[in-house]
Amino acid sequence: MSLKMKPEELAQTISYKPPKKHWIDNPVEYKKGTYNYGGNPESLKYVHQPNPRKWQPYDEDWKLPENWKEIILEGFRERIDKFRSLKLFMDICVRCGACADKCHFFIGSGDPKNMPVLRAELLRAVYRKEFTLAGKLMAGMAGATELTFDVLKEWFYYFYQCTQCRRCSVFCPYGIDTAEITFLARELMNLIGVNIDWVMTPVSNCHRTGNHLGIQPHGFKDSIEFAADDLEDLTGIRVETPINKKGAEILFVIPSADYFGEPHYFTLLGYMALFHEIGLDFTFSSFASEGGNFGSFVSHELMKALNAKIYAEAKRLKVKWIIGGECGHMWRVLHQYMDTLNGPADFLEVPKSPITGTVFENTRSTKMVHITEFTADLIKNNKIKLDKSRNNHWNATFHDSCNPARAMGLFEEPRYILENVLNNFTEMPDNTIREQTFCCGSGAGLGTEENFEMRMRGGFPRANAVKYVAENNGVNLLTCICAIDKATLPPLLQYWVPGVEVAGIHELVGNALVMKGEKERMTDLRNNPLPRKEVL
Amino acid sequence: MGIWFSLVALAALTLLGLIGANVPGLNYVFAVIIPYIAITVFIVGIIVRIVIWARSPVPFRIPTTGGQQKSLSFIKQNRLDNPSSYLGVLGRMALEVLFFRSLFRNTKAELKEGPNLTYGANKWLWLFSLAFHWSFLIIFLRHFRFFTQPIPFFVPYLQEIDGFFQIWVPIIYITDCVIVAALSYLFFRRVFDSKIRYISLPSDYFPLLLISGIAITGILMRYFFKTDLVAVKELMLGILSFSPSVHAVGLSSWFYLHLFFVCSLLIYFPMSKLVHLTGIFMSPTRNLANTNRMVRHVNPWIDELKMKPHTYEEYEDEFRTVMKGAGMPLDKEESHVS
Repeated sequence: MSLKMKPEELAQTISYKPPKKHWIDNPVEYKKGTYNYGGNPESLKYVHQPNPRKWQPYDEDWKLPENWKEIILEGFRERIDKFRSLKLFMDICVRCGACADKCHFFIGSGDPKNMPVLRAELLRAVYRKEFTLAGKLMAGMAGATELTFDVLKEWFYYFYQCTQCRRCSVFCPYGIDTAEITFLARELMNLIGVNIDWVMTPVSNCHRTGNHLGIQPHGFKDSIEFAADDLEDLTGIRVETPINKKGAEILFVIPSADYFGEPHYFTLLGYMALFHEIGLDFTFSSFASEGGNFGSFVSHELMKALNAKIYAEAKRLKVKWIIGGECGHMWRVLHQYMDTLNGPADFLEVPKSPITGTVFENTRSTKMVHITEFTADLIKNNKIKLDKSRNNHWNATFHDSCNPARAMGLFEEPRYILENVLNNFTEMPDNTIREQTFCCGSGAGLGTEENFEMRMRGGFPRANAVKYVAENNGVNLLTCICAIDKATLPPLLQYWVPGVEVAGIHELVGNALVMKGEKERMTDLRNNPLPRKEVL
Repeated sequence: MGIWFSLVALAALTLLGLIGANVPGLNYVFAVIIPYIAITVFIVGIIVRIVIWARSPVPFRIPTTGGQQKSLSFIKQNRLDNPSSYLGVLGRMALEVLFFRSLFRNTKAELKEGPNLTYGANKWLWLFSLAFHWSFLIIFLRHFRFFTQPIPFFVPYLQEIDGFFQIWVPIIYITDCVIVAALSYLFFRRVFDSKIRYISLPSDYFPLLLISGIAITGILMRYFFKTDLVAVKELMLGILSFSPSVHAVGLSSWFYLHLFFVCSLLIYFPMSKLVHLTGIFMSPTRNLANTNRMVRHVNPWIDELKMKPHTYEEYEDEFRTVMKGAGMPLDKEESHVS
């Protein structure tokens, strides 16, 4: 991964001055490094999606079905009737512009069509033309346009230049949610086979093997056991690796990157060490081996189909309730969609921590608890022993991942944990954290190599806030609770703020966790030598 | 382009209004018929709009959370920005509708040398929007002295507060000044801020101009070109009691213009972005409690998502051999393909 442009040069290309020509008359230009490749036909076929074929966005001919316009407009009409959100968001925007400079892609690119208002207007212009009287009578006055191939190209470019982070929706006086608009626009394009491979291939993998990476059951088992081996080397303790264990109390679902990517892997070590230490009766599932849901980046139907395996496995394995690991969009789906999509989970019990006795009342219907909720409760009840000094080599800050922030409000749980496992912590500036947090710039399926320049642009506001605390407070670690973050923040920081690393919260928990019978730890979970202990 | 289009539209409306005022045969049309049409279009239009929105279900519960969720007992929930009860939602909506809570958060991003990004507070839009909407409301309420007999109790209070400074004869209303200032800000912001100009449509300038037209004709009538208020009130009471009559005497061109602009606004309202007035109440990111994991939200059309999930049985059938090889538990030892 590389970008020839240096950070300072990239910043100089950003201008917030829009062009003279009105946006409706300004067709999109596909610039290398700023878009994603089209979906692989084999992947589409496996999940029975329309119009599988070889194509690329830069092709002249996208090989669309003859009647593609009708398909989209029919789909549009259907969704207007099904989603009040869509209908309302098409009608009530006053274009006040409050959202304009809230989008990380606008801030990092200066492209006016990355202002959330214009992103939505791309869809609204067609909506007005097709579905409103004013748009039909006076297209000019109402800002209405016909759906043409140029418009479709614009849709594809800009709706795959939105990470559905919902930052704009916090600032919108009507709560217009661009994530919802992008979601539905992508769903419309998917009806004619216009989608991206980095979403569709993981979707297809996940359907078949249970996880985005396509790891088969024995591979999953190997990964988990490998992690147990590593933990044994580090701590001298052999932890359990229950997989598909019937009758376990808790099903534990994690994003697949946790057992396949770095630095995610160290978070996995943290979970496993923690669960061993408290003697939790849990099981992984090799089939529900993915909490993430790339289906949610393209259609409600795929989201539902992929999500179904979590409850299905909970039922098959006869567990009582479910814990979910650190992942952003995974938690958007689990928190705001799963119960509606695949519930009710009436075969499960209301989650109750077997260690502390705490009943997680906030999850009484869905029966799924966020790992930071679970761990914060353990710490509060003094159920684990933590040695903060083992994280003394880190001066950390916390990146609120978009979805847990703006679709859950999970702010204090991770911070409470950090407070207890770490001595050095600094918050980033106020306008860049909590509900105002900035996206990594690569979420919602956009974390590809081919899209690298746009990712560096989109992640600029986040990286810039990290740079601020790195320079002023000596921060050298960005913690987060999202698998996409863990995959895409390292290259982002390497580009903008070299020297700052990325870690999950439970990696730091694993570092600090004092385990019964452990050997003296010489290194942290990622094999960094531990800071020298002061000799008493 | 949008600005000129809107100016021309307003000019055309002005011309029409003046014709209505000065062509004798048309007085009745402009003072009675058009107002009836306008009120009908407005009421029916708004109802139809709400019904159309309400007909579409809310398939998922998707509040945008702006504060700490309700979770563990020792963590303090932000009940207004992340409500989990009916009362909390009511509070959140009240803050949004009455005080433009979200707009109050507004910041301005700037890229400086370094490169450094800064986000300064930017409350002007919030301030002037709020000023505009509140003035409009108060002015509307003040007008009840023309619509009702006896005059409602709140009108004298409003007049007194609004005329607090007691300058000029007749006393200048604060809201008259504020609404002009706010409208000017909102309009010129669209014209001079290049980003906002870029996103603006004719339908963004037009309502601002039209409402300015209403405000200016009203102000001119109150302070400079007096119109016969008794005649005005007679007309309005007549219209509202369905027994209209026009006393052409005393009803100035200014009045006809003012009334015609108001009628135009009423007609334009339901088919324009101005329906945000009612839309805000139905916005699913604001009017739903974040009780997502506490209470199941039901989607009436969920079964239309027909794609069959891959089942564990199919998965085990495909991978049984490798699972067995890895010593993983199996539901069925062998697949018995018949």
